[in-house]
Amino acid sequence: MSVSLERGIQTLKEHIDAPVASFFTTCVHCGMCADACLFYTETKDPKYTPIYKLKPLRRLWHQEYTFWGKLAAKLGFSKPLTAEELKEWEPLVYDSCTMCGRCSMTCPVGNDIVYMIRKMREGMVAAGFAPEGLKSATERAITIGSPMGVKFPALKNQIKHVEADIGLKIPVDVRGAEYMALLSSMEIMNFPEYIGAIAKIFDQADIRWTLASDAFEATNSGIQIGSSDLAAELVERVVAAAERLKVNYVISPECGHAYTALRWEGPNLIGRPYPFKVIHILELLDQLRSQDKLPVTGKIKERLTFHDPCQIVRRGGVIEEPRRLLEMVAEDFAEMEDHGIMNWCCGGGGGVSTNERAATLKLTAFNRKRHQLEALGVNTLVTVCANCRITLEEGLEFNNMDVAVLGLAETLAEHLAEQSPAPTTTQTH
Amino acid sequence: MTSTEWLIWVRGPGLQLSLGIFILGMTYRIMQTYFLGRAKNLAEPRGSQWLHGMKTIWWRSFFHPGMTIRGYFTIISGYTFHLGFIITLLFLDQHIELFRSWTGLSWPALPPIVITITAVLGIAALVAVLVDRFADPVRYLLSDYQDYLCWVLTVLPLVTGLLLVYKMWLPYTSLLVVHIISFEILLVAIPFTKLSHVFTIFIARWYNGAIAGYKGVQS
Amino acid sequence: MTKAKTLIEHLEQQGISRRGFLKFCALTTSMMALPPSMAPGVARALETARRPSLIWLSFQECTGCTESLTRSHSPTLENIIFNYLSLDYHHTLQAASGEAAEQARETAMKENHGQYLVAVDGSIPVKDGGVYSTIAGISNLEMLQQTVEGAAAVVAIGTCAAFGGLPRAHPNPTGAVPVQELVRDKPVVNVSGCPPIPVVISGVLAHYLTFGRIPDLDDYGRPLSFFGTSIHDRCYRRPYYNKGLFAETFDDEGARKGWCLYKLGCKGPTTYNACATVKWNQGTSFPIQAGHGCFGCSEPDFWDAGGFYQPLSAGIGSVGGVAAVAVAAGAGAGIAAGLAQQSQRKHAQLQHEKVTVADLKESES
Repeated sequence: MSVSLERGIQTLKEHIDAPVASFFTTCVHCGMCADACLFYTETKDPKYTPIYKLKPLRRLWHQEYTFWGKLAAKLGFSKPLTAEELKEWEPLVYDSCTMCGRCSMTCPVGNDIVYMIRKMREGMVAAGFAPEGLKSATERAITIGSPMGVKFPALKNQIKHVEADIGLKIPVDVRGAEYMALLSSMEIMNFPEYIGAIAKIFDQADIRWTLASDAFEATNSGIQIGSSDLAAELVERVVAAAERLKVNYVISPECGHAYTALRWEGPNLIGRPYPFKVIHILELLDQLRSQDKLPVTGKIKERLTFHDPCQIVRRGGVIEEPRRLLEMVAEDFAEMEDHGIMNWCCGGGGGVSTNERAATLKLTAFNRKRHQLEALGVNTLVTVCANCRITLEEGLEFNNMDVAVLGLAETLAEHLAEQSPAPTTTQTH
Repeated sequence: MTSTEWLIWVRGPGLQLSLGIFILGMTYRIMQTYFLGRAKNLAEPRGSQWLHGMKTIWWRSFFHPGMTIRGYFTIISGYTFHLGFIITLLFLDQHIELFRSWTGLSWPALPPIVITITAVLGIAALVAVLVDRFADPVRYLLSDYQDYLCWVLTVLPLVTGLLLVYKMWLPYTSLLVVHIISFEILLVAIPFTKLSHVFTIFIARWYNGAIAGYKGVQS
Repeated sequence: MTKAKTLIEHLEQQGISRRGFLKFCALTTSMMALPPSMAPGVARALETARRPSLIWLSFQECTGCTESLTRSHSPTLENIIFNYLSLDYHHTLQAASGEAAEQARETAMKENHGQYLVAVDGSIPVKDGGVYSTIAGISNLEMLQQTVEGAAAVVAIGTCAAFGGLPRAHPNPTGAVPVQELVRDKPVVNVSGCPPIPVVISGVLAHYLTFGRIPDLDDYGRPLSFFGTSIHDRCYRRPYYNKGLFAETFDDEGARKGWCLYKLGCKGPTTYNACATVKWNQGTSFPIQAGHGCFGCSEPDFWDAGGFYQPLSAGIGSVGGVAAVAVAAGAGAGIAAGLAQQSQRKHAQLQHEKVTVADLKESES
């Protein structure tokens, strides 16, 4: 069957559950979510008010799930959803929402707005209304294996360079390894230092790990476009590889939505719990830190700050780990005013950076981060998400700001103290 | 009908009817929402849904600095009209007598002058939020007829109550009838409008807290 | 019956001085809310007034109104003006009985056709042709209709006559109705109260004698001058109400200190009468002063307006049953609707068609 309004509505109905009903029932139209959204704060355009982006879903809920709504629809007082309406809402649902979830933290009545945006996108895809950029990225992810079209030979090539650089072997397809590391194509193509960094750290901590040649990609465009079917297909590949290699842990890389996809949505997408655990690289590094297996030397002198990737911190629950790790190597670590679970998004999450149509809006939204950085007056910014990193770099460049953006794992690797390997005991967690 | 007959009706059958509709509608709404259900989460939890849900119910009642950057208007007017309404409703002797006639429970009242102040502040804040609903582009865009209807239904008991206490506009008996009717209409409207948030706010906040808490985040 | 005597002559006969008479006129004038300058006019009018005929009909009543009037305090000016009227028929007070009594009524009606006053106490049962109360074989309904036909005005004395009172209380087995529901083409003055204040009756009669018409009335047909303000508004305990100081029981500290009786069921705020100003027993006291809340006896339906000791703001009747039924019905319907919608969602999920890359391609523009 092809995409259609009916299919979209049917899909939305699959996703209207008790939380959605309670949120719409409770909304008092106070508009406070607008203040939580950087697309509103940086444009002052009321249409970017988070709850307004859900108007079609709200209408559907009202017409199908409430007494008066049903009655009004029957008597013809309210018109059913139209394809035009969904089309009109497409830019609101995709271009002006990074699914950062900040609105969900501030809603006074407790509405989890981003929970509903995620569901709304399911219906949008089924109705055929998703941005071209996201559609083609998802297509590539499904057909080629990576949204950026990176295939294993390309990775192999990068591995060769990294191996030459650091003088260590990068394990690939090692059966029975404890950990299976995943990467994002962004890291493979733009920040291959990450591969070297974790290789060095793991080598020193004596961690048995591997990459999988058939499932190295952690990103999941299916999550961003909002199609559980496609997202599940991508998660299945990782699960299959982890099962084939019989690993105990799968490491989610420095990528925001990959963590959401693997850690929180994955088992629900494939409909069964994993036979392994998903651990974020920051969680693993923090474990190593607490076990004294992450010795560092020297500290960065200049003042620096940390940008919280929404999907890892606010929506992922990895909050204190990056801070503890950063404290190891930073002499002057300053927090931005809103940080941690109340951070401001870079402006490129939730598929916005993949969506060319949203490029200008994304740069406007970046002003929020610009103001934060300017207020703090730092020249170094550390983060733990390749997509944040690209978005930040673009924004900084556009605004002619002289701020260096660093990945946390690489920064740690750079300060790694050379020492004799720690006592070879089995890893315990 | 004479105003005395009206008074007997609004204090008797009217009150029973409106309370009945209110309880029926609200129970229906809550049960319907709850039994709509949601899928079981198969991901390994990092925190307790229940605990975080309960915490969010409590903590979301309080302002935290990240909540708004637009200024304190929404916060102050919002708290003022909610507190003004609730204090007026719960701490006037005459109202406590009503609750006592229903439940047998009573509690100490606040002096009438304090209630006058809370009611006046409540009305003033409601007027302010109404003006803001027109003036603020965000709220104007979000508003539909229900927002204005609910505003009228909320402000009427406060205004008629104040007129009653200060003996203005109508004879006491007629005004008492109007006041009680305004309360009864409000009761009936609660389950069918956004005013149902007085109860469903606990469900919404709990789900919000539970969803975030599952991942180890206190929302 | 002598009709030649004027009031002043009659009073002189009774040993009431002119000074006493003028005092009464001044009091009556102020009670009727007339300007003090009217007092001489009232006096002049009363001095020259002729004794009008008064026919007093007692229907479904307890004789309390008559008791109140005749036994209140004696001798009084109110009593005297009452005596001054030619009371041609009152089956409690008249000496005649049986056919002679009825004869007196008919005679008075004939002789004073179009001029006499009718006072009614008690409500009139109209159910089943009015068989529930008869006098001399004539139903109350018929007697009222007959008597009122040639009357100049009707004064409904007491709450039963004015509003139906106790006989009309739920479930009203006799189909009792007040005078005003049956008398549409004559002026009717309601002097409500259970019983009414004696001076109010004399005041209304004095007004009629003075001006030849009935006084200004409120929405319930009561003389505005006596029923224009509520007990609450004139209550000496009002300052305690304003401060929120209430007696909780009849013997607590608040009660001893004379605090407001609202919580003990006082109906003062919704009751319009002159008790708080005129008081009873020669201005000695009134219920609130005696430590008991107002019943609201001068208001329509006061028997059905909730318990006498229930505060005015409390609900009438229990809500427990209604609440229980509402919870049960709401929960039942809510659970059913919720589960039905849940199964709709699951059904939609079962019918779900997988989104494929082909779907994405198809929607590309």
